Amino acid sequence: MHGRPRKPLKEEDESVLSAKAEKLHSLQSQFLANHQNRIYTKEALDLSAKLLEINPECYTAWNYRKLAVQHNLSESNSDSDASLFDQELKVVENALKKNFKSYGAWHHRKWVLSKGHSSIDNELRLLNDFQKADARNFHAWNYRRFVTALMKISDEDELKYTEKVIGVNFSNYSAWHNRSVLLSTLFKRKAEGFSHKEKVLQEEYKYVHSAIFTDSDDQSGWFYHLWLIDQTVKNDAPLLVSSWPSHGANITLNGNNSLHGSGLSLLNSTLSDTKTLPVILCFNQAVEGVNSSTVVVKSELLKEDLVWKPLSTNNSSTAQVWVVYLNMGNMKLQLSKTYSIEINIGHSMGILSSNGYHYGAPSQITFEVCVQTAYTEPVDGQRGKLTSWKDNDFRKIDHFEESNPAVSADHHIPTTSNWCMEAIDEEITNFQDLSDCKIRKLTLARLLIALDLLSPQHDKRKNHTEEVLKLYTELMKLDPTHSLYYKDEHSLLLLQQITSSRESLIPYCHYYKDASETNTSYVCLRLQNLSLSRMGSFENLLWVQMLDLSHNELRSIEAVTIAFKKLEKGLTVNFLTGLEAMQLLSCLNLSHNKFGSFTALGPLRLLKSLKVLNISCNELGSHSIDTRRYLCSSPLAHSEVFAWDRFEILCGSYSATKFWEAFLIFESLNLTDLNIAGNAVADENFASFIVKVLPTLKLLNDEEL
Amino acid sequence: MTETLEYSPYPPIDPINFDLIIVGTGLSESIISAAASAVGKTILHLDPNPFYGSHFASLSFEDLISHLNSPPKYITATATATTDNSDYTTVNLIQQTIFSDAEFNSCNSIEESQFLRENSRKFNLDLAGPRALFSADKTIDLLLKSGAAQYLEFKGIDASLVYNTNEGLVNVPDSRGAIFRDKNLSLKEKNQLMKFFKLVQQHLGGNEDEKISEEDMESSFVSYLEKLGLPSKIKAILLYAIAMVDFDQENGGVCKDLLKTKDGIDRLAQYSSSVGRYPNAPGALLYPIYGEGELPQAFCRRAAVKGCIYVLRMPVISLLIDKVTGSYKGVRLSSGQDLYSHELILDPSFTIPSTPSLSPKDFSLQMLSHVDIKGMVARGICITRSSIKPDVSNCSVVYPPRSLYPDQVTSVRALQIGIESCC
Repeated sequence: MHGRPRKPLKEEDESVLSAKAEKLHSLQSQFLANHQNRIYTKEALDLSAKLLEINPECYTAWNYRKLAVQHNLSESNSDSDASLFDQELKVVENALKKNFKSYGAWHHRKWVLSKGHSSIDNELRLLNDFQKADARNFHAWNYRRFVTALMKISDEDELKYTEKVIGVNFSNYSAWHNRSVLLSTLFKRKAEGFSHKEKVLQEEYKYVHSAIFTDSDDQSGWFYHLWLIDQTVKNDAPLLVSSWPSHGANITLNGNNSLHGSGLSLLNSTLSDTKTLPVILCFNQAVEGVNSSTVVVKSELLKEDLVWKPLSTNNSSTAQVWVVYLNMGNMKLQLSKTYSIEINIGHSMGILSSNGYHYGAPSQITFEVCVQTAYTEPVDGQRGKLTSWKDNDFRKIDHFEESNPAVSADHHIPTTSNWCMEAIDEEITNFQDLSDCKIRKLTLARLLIALDLLSPQHDKRKNHTEEVLKLYTELMKLDPTHSLYYKDEHSLLLLQQITSSRESLIPYCHYYKDASETNTSYVCLRLQNLSLSRMGSFENLLWVQMLDLSHNELRSIEAVTIAFKKLEKGLTVNFLTGLEAMQLLSCLNLSHNKFGSFTALGPLRLLKSLKVLNISCNELGSHSIDTRRYLCSSPLAHSEVFAWDRFEILCGSYSATKFWEAFLIFESLNLTDLNIAGNAVADENFASFIVKVLPTLKLLNDEEL
Repeated sequence: MTETLEYSPYPPIDPINFDLIIVGTGLSESIISAAASAVGKTILHLDPNPFYGSHFASLSFEDLISHLNSPPKYITATATATTDNSDYTTVNLIQQTIFSDAEFNSCNSIEESQFLRENSRKFNLDLAGPRALFSADKTIDLLLKSGAAQYLEFKGIDASLVYNTNEGLVNVPDSRGAIFRDKNLSLKEKNQLMKFFKLVQQHLGGNEDEKISEEDMESSFVSYLEKLGLPSKIKAILLYAIAMVDFDQENGGVCKDLLKTKDGIDRLAQYSSSVGRYPNAPGALLYPIYGEGELPQAFCRRAAVKGCIYVLRMPVISLLIDKVTGSYKGVRLSSGQDLYSHELILDPSFTIPSTPSLSPKDFSLQMLSHVDIKGMVARGICITRSSIKPDVSNCSVVYPPRSLYPDQVTSVRALQIGIESCC
């Protein structure tokens, strides 16, 4: 079934094919006539069966048969019900003989069986036939899960079945996958013999080693191994990773209620305009159920219940990062008084991971806010002024003050059992003497990352980051087809290394020397020229207000896409959020990157404080279709809130419908400074359009409006 | 001796002239007979025994015992050249038994021998077997091509076992799946073994730069394996359980038959193409369902269909030699009848005494009188009550050299055939 080359068509085949097409065409038109006129006679049904046997992909015909069954059921007596359904099963079987990868056919079979009128005893025999024809056929495996659930075959028995199939030929990704599915459910319900996850996993490691060592070029075993690493490392329960303000921070607010951290000023004028103070919680995975009862904020300042918002680009009710804005304007703050704010997370049940696990260890964050009559910077002075990203506008920082709350790198490292570390350690030793191939390198990289992830911070063991970075660099050369993937991994790891501690961050932090600078200056995180292809480690960067990512190879600032998550499972837990997590961000430089579409800038929509954006010299508008994406968002997609009315008014006379993507991003922003020069999209039409979309704009492409 | 006389006398054979007379229905003789009859030769195929197959025969327990106990003493009288017919000299043939010694150990108890007697009709024993065939053996192709396969049924030898001193009998890891399932190999050994299989596959794949070097191909297989750094456990598996080498390869002084790499690779290739050739035979080996004796019989049936005449229980006592030219003319049967043919084939148990009457130029006849014994094979048949390995009834077992005792210079191979399909 696999690896068969396609043969070119012979001439005589073509005439046969056209005759076949003609026959199919006439069948199809007869069938559609029947469908339209709701004819459900035996002859009509036979016709549709004939059509489906030739072309099982005809969804309409499957639907028609469902309607026919329903119609005939209502007319007939109950005795013939079973035979009616049996007839359907026969049609499906014939269709599957033609093409056993037909979604429509398998779905029809499920539909028939779920009606409960037909015997299911035959199904396993049928499945065995199909799995004999192609043991890796995932349709059959899917259906098998459906049938075994219906027949109440135990997961334990099915686990043995996967063992049997894998024993025959272990190059069977579907069988390994089913094993992981079965084990997951067994772990979850703590079935007998599966309550000690460690013991089971140890056996599984041994099992998959046999496959990997027998044929290390075969990837199916490696994929299962990846799942095992994930199971070993992963914390099922959601946990808090970081927050802003961080635990123990002192936030100083100036007299006019603009925000100042001690020693670091906040240049974020939106926050001072609206007199709000954001509180950001970053979890290790996407969670739901963050609300005023699961996260209790205690402070004398608070009068009302807080509404936590998930930061999600697709309007989902689950997110890795949650935010609430404390409205300081409503609070009567006294000067020079320190107010303590205490946040208790997860003391009552309700925070749930997407797999249904409850929040792990209840935790607490406290920080202090005080108001001082200090120098007040004229808020207006900053507006309308060019934000320069030139090197000579930045000054190096020698060290951070100990008490500096802005730069935080606090990790809520969950305590892990020794077993996990030992298991990962053992895996590394095992693979060290295996002959080299790309998948071994990749697994080794992942194992080393996992080991570092598990190592307690105080443990002075050697950190493996450098080694892993080297592995990814080697992989890029070794396997050019997937070099983009390795580059992404390399980028993410590099960012993790940079953001892991204050010491590692210092070389990248600079004071921004404002032209009107007096005694305050802003900290800018400058990550330019690092060949980054992907941005991550947002959980360590919640504090950043000014970010320079120019001269990299970024294509997106979104969360890791679904397809990536699947490939990666577990080890990306840190990267599930996109740039939207950086709620304090006010100035962002993305110039000289490889952004190809506005959709890739999606997270910007959620950055309410963003004032200055430089996306010059990218590839916006150069590609008509964003081929990186599996699903292109459109104004019709339900996931986006699209202000049609405003869009139509703005588009007005000239045809600007091609700008809807840009509209989607900028519509909700209050930018004052935008640089979009050096992109294919940025013509005069676009400029006039964007000025209308962004009424707050003072500077466009470095020119005052 | 008396047995031969008990046979009821046959009517004389008619016709008396043939293209070819074959004596003995062993496998080689039967194949020749099938092939010659297929091209239209007239053939008379004779066998002194009451059964087909000569020493390839499969017999019931009782028949086997009596056959071994009293091997028919054929005419061994000295070559007296009688000249009742003036045209020919007769040379009496000498036939020898194919074994030098046979020994029986009877059952321990009366119940057991009783049980054995009751069930003795349920199985056959190979006289000098057993011979299992590789699924990819050329013989299988011959069976298919000649049409003899239609008279045969095979069963698969489901498991191949190899003995090692530490772990006892273990499955031979002879395929990718078997290596994966193996419980006794370490991860490193699995990796090494599979890598070697891949190396062989690549070599056979035909891509020039992936071939094993000519120098290695001509060196001994065992030194090549050593060069690759394979541990002795893997070497033993490859040499004795897969390449089925007879003699200890790792002891140069003792070894009479050092296998070259190229031959080793050929054997590996045959083994691996045998595994899974037939979907219902998972192992590498096949065995005729009613015993080895089926094989010559199938060829004989094929020959008979094409017109070959078969006469069993018909010993040949002497050759007829032309007095003038000294060349072969025909044979004299024990019934006294003379038959004539252009050519004659005798099975290897016959020898022709050198007689002065034979002209020295008749080289082919001289050859036959020369008996060359290269070696002797010890064979044993055990009738057991239970399987050597639970759950497996048909399996082959190899005890590599030195695995049973330090001086063991050859492999010991065994084939266990379950009773459920009699043998």
